[in-house]
Amino acid sequence: MKTETSHIVLKANQLSIGYNTKKAETIIASNINFELQKGQLIGLVGANGIGKSTLLRTLIKVQPELSGSITLNDKDLKSTSILELAKQLSIVLTEPLTSKNLSVFELVSLGRHPYTNWIGNLTDADITIINKALVHVNILNLKDKKCFELSDGQLQKVMIARALAQDTDVIILDEPTSHLDMYHKAYILKLLQKLTKETGKTILFSSHEIDLAIQLCDTMIVMQKEKVVCNQPCQLISEGVFDSLFPKDLIVFDDKTGSFRVT
Amino acid sequence: MVNISLGSINIPLKAIFGSFFGSIDTSSNWNIIVLEYRLPKAITAIMVGSGLGISGLLMQTLFRNPLAGPFVLGISSGASLGVALVILGSGLFGGLFATALTTKWSIVIAASLGSFLVLLAVLMVSNKVRDTMAILIIGLMFGSITAAVVSVLSYFSSAEQLQQYIFWGFGSLSNLSWEELFIFFGIYAVGIVLSIASIKGLNSLLLGDNYAKSLGLNLKQSRLIIILATSLIAGTVTAFAGPIAFIGLAIPHLTRQVFKTTNHKILLPAVFLFGAIVMLICDTIAQVPNSDYTLPINAITALVGAPVVIWLLVRQRKMMF
Repeated sequence: MKTETSHIVLKANQLSIGYNTKKAETIIASNINFELQKGQLIGLVGANGIGKSTLLRTLIKVQPELSGSITLNDKDLKSTSILELAKQLSIVLTEPLTSKNLSVFELVSLGRHPYTNWIGNLTDADITIINKALVHVNILNLKDKKCFELSDGQLQKVMIARALAQDTDVIILDEPTSHLDMYHKAYILKLLQKLTKETGKTILFSSHEIDLAIQLCDTMIVMQKEKVVCNQPCQLISEGVFDSLFPKDLIVFDDKTGSFRVT
Repeated sequence: MVNISLGSINIPLKAIFGSFFGSIDTSSNWNIIVLEYRLPKAITAIMVGSGLGISGLLMQTLFRNPLAGPFVLGISSGASLGVALVILGSGLFGGLFATALTTKWSIVIAASLGSFLVLLAVLMVSNKVRDTMAILIIGLMFGSITAAVVSVLSYFSSAEQLQQYIFWGFGSLSNLSWEELFIFFGIYAVGIVLSIASIKGLNSLLLGDNYAKSLGLNLKQSRLIIILATSLIAGTVTAFAGPIAFIGLAIPHLTRQVFKTTNHKILLPAVFLFGAIVMLICDTIAQVPNSDYTLPINAITALVGAPVVIWLLVRQRKMMF
């Protein structure tokens, strides 16, 4: 039997995040602790400006942590090289693609870069993995389309396929549901849930779709001004965490339906 | 071949092959013209065209900007400043010294030194900024500064010196000796090798900086290699052939439109070929076949190339990037 800790893929310990300039340290959030298990879908929610993006940027090593530590597969993130990290963690960001002239296949195949040789030649094994990723997110029929021909929902699926092709233990998505319609929001999150079950990957995403996240996630990280909590959604509801998420003058959280309501 | 054949003296193609392979029956005048003048010029055209095209491609991808070209980092303005200092500034240094300075080699050296110094400054500043876009702006600012210095210099110069400077600005593919060609080729080759080495990085840069980093790309290092490759190529081209505009900006666009891809594994060799071909064609036109005139190459590249790019863009109705 494996011990409990070996299932923990990503762990934050006494983490503080923020920006470090020459003059001063701006702490955005501190005392962040969580342990993310293998094969789980984790939703990161919180009000605008609370530091969700900063947390994700710190987790993907775009900006350094101010104090505390992040452990990925039992190894400190600080001592993980960029290439090692690329084989363990892939990302889907909100920033637009530089070139939308890549075909879907070309874009997804970029996910194989950490594994390919100096000029980026794909082996048969790479192509198999790419095709598998396309099948997983149901876009094999879009394979030869150019990215500018796709709808936002399709493009998001392509970006997820690219992250899958990178063959990492963890996938981190920054607001994967923004500017999608209601149906596609649910579709993308449901897809992520399916992927965690089928592939055993740990998927962490930030989102404003709290209702959907409550229904679909195994674990949720809720960021608030005073504290950051991480627990199962039903636990969080019974602790009343969502009640204090937003100012109460406009919307209130309904425990029974697990959703917000306009007062 | 056609390029070599045409010029103020028309030499039949057959004779050119003859002089290449050292056949005896070719008249010796033709032989000298072909081997000492036409052939080096054709090789120069190939290197200039392909080199500028490739460095333009590198800059457009690195800066995610379709308007970027090989000279956005201030390379050509640095070279102009160097040359302006030599030609226009010689008046300030006075008599004998001036004539010694304005030889061909001194212009080459001044141009290289100028572009190298400006580039060094841009590199030093760019190492301090995280944003790739900031480097673009810094390059442009350095360009403005050098342009200002050049105009101050020209204000104090004689008409004769100005003319000499303007002629340099026209660009020229001719007058390169074999010896100069070897130096040119050596630096050019290093630049090309560096570009080929960055193909993979360039492809991941198509996703954006953060994605590229998440794919295991060392951003700072590959940025440095790409800038270095560009400056080596564009710097030597400018030093030996003058600030040849347009090719570097247009060839990558032309190639993208024709090949309908942004994959650098295809684009890089394609840009190489297109750049070389277009430059050869432009040079052939510039010689005005069967006449004694040679038009400034810089004018021809834009006159011939710009309509082609416009036509392609209008026909396809959208830009590939």
